[in-house]
Amino acid sequence: MNQTNPQIGAQSSPPVRAPQRFYGDPWFVLKNLVSKDFKVRYRNMSLGIFWSLVNPLIMMGVLTFIFSVVFTRNIPNYPLFLLCGLLPYNFFSQAWSTGTMSVVSNASLVKQLRFQRELVPVSVVLGNALHYVLQLGLLLIAIGIVVGVNVQWMWLPVVLSLQLIFICGLSLLTSALDVYHRDMRYVVQSVNTVLFWLVPIFYGFGDIPPNLVWLYELNPVAAVVLIMRRILLYAEPPGATLLKLAVASIIVAWVGHKVFARVEDEFSDYL
Amino acid sequence: MTVIEVDNVSKCYALHRQRDLLARRVTRNASPVRSEYWALRDVSIRVERGERLAIIGPNGAGKSTLLRLIAGVSTPTRGSIRVHGRVSALLALGIGLHRDLTGWENINLIASLMGMSETEVRNNLESIVGFADLEDFINEPVRTYSSGMTARLGFSVAIHANPDILILDEVLSVGDEAFRTKCKAKIDEFTNSEKTLLFVSHGLQTAVSLCTRGLWLHEGMVAAEGPVPEVVKTYRDFTKSGQLATHTGPSDPLSGRAGDLASP
Repeated sequence: MNQTNPQIGAQSSPPVRAPQRFYGDPWFVLKNLVSKDFKVRYRNMSLGIFWSLVNPLIMMGVLTFIFSVVFTRNIPNYPLFLLCGLLPYNFFSQAWSTGTMSVVSNASLVKQLRFQRELVPVSVVLGNALHYVLQLGLLLIAIGIVVGVNVQWMWLPVVLSLQLIFICGLSLLTSALDVYHRDMRYVVQSVNTVLFWLVPIFYGFGDIPPNLVWLYELNPVAAVVLIMRRILLYAEPPGATLLKLAVASIIVAWVGHKVFARVEDEFSDYL
Repeated sequence: MTVIEVDNVSKCYALHRQRDLLARRVTRNASPVRSEYWALRDVSIRVERGERLAIIGPNGAGKSTLLRLIAGVSTPTRGSIRVHGRVSALLALGIGLHRDLTGWENINLIASLMGMSETEVRNNLESIVGFADLEDFINEPVRTYSSGMTARLGFSVAIHANPDILILDEVLSVGDEAFRTKCKAKIDEFTNSEKTLLFVSHGLQTAVSLCTRGLWLHEGMVAAEGPVPEVVKTYRDFTKSGQLATHTGPSDPLSGRAGDLASP
């Protein structure tokens, strides 16, 4: 049973894979995958989606305490300033890490049914985005009351879409690699831990030493935080940062899609 | 019209994959010793529209591997596979059902993954539930279902997805007599409308009653193919005697087919 079989290699032509034709409706598949994750997550819970609001508020409370009582900082509206960094970061880290594990955790579907497998990580990111939108909605209300509404808020859908494209691309890449190397999920966790400190969440861009600013400019998550504060709190236009974020997101999405498409053929042999 | 074309297909699985760590991957050229298992060796078959093909053979013969390749969830190591038309494959009993979701929620999910549109599911919902005989349990989580109920749900969704090719891998065996009769009637109705069935089972009697053509796989190779009663008889004779009794093919089992015992 353990022998290799050189004759097979010598006699047969190289593998030819028929172009896959999917008959399904990708939006219906996506809808069902998202609602599956939602139902599985909140089944048998008393407070359900409420938790996605409680967690960032607890975090905000702790960080506000530390940075206004322990280390004093003179940032106006500090809790709101904090949430403008915390919410995009939380969305990024949670969507990316659950997205990374998504193909492996949906192994029973991937192994037995032939469908557009890209939809698995994408659906997980979209599911997280629903929480994010809810959190942003409450943040907007708070900012509207405390600071006031401004016209730059109209950029918010653009920023949100770019974030989605960026995280979907990253998740496509890492979820595909996670099938072959399950270490990938720990790599992602570690990167997220590092990013919590290296993204200006509880400090501002003004606190960064000028010789390190270029480094922060390379980080799309930091770019999102920067844009969020500009448009929501300071009534400033997003500027060139938005353009850079757009370019980075599209490149990441393209690479992620290419890698996923290239390796997904062998998923079922490794799951 | 030929709906399934399998040409010189081989499928190789690497064994001891759990030791295939990153370090090993990087140094792969330095340590080329990796054991392989050829689940299929140079298999070629053609299936015409409307045929009902039973694939029989002992455990480990490559039956499920062949079905997985035709269903498109796995890819051949060598050779080519062409499938024309919409495929519904029940490759295992649970068929991706999520145990914490209700029957109703699972129907939506599985049906969409099998290629049904939202309208199709809505229009067929009653019929799916009715055929599976699950009216009283449709709002209960699937983890409370018996294996028979699970099989019924999977089969019902697959058949309502209205495929051109239906693939069943040993999924009817857990159903009771009544359900099997119902399935057989449904499959008869289904294949009368120019649809194709691929069927794997250890229940040889079911294979004979359900199918028109038989394919005996042995150690990843085609040992015999032809009308199903003849193939089943050859296979039974072989199993009894413990060897390829009427073996007429080449003596080297690696050189291809082990003999076309029952081809016309």
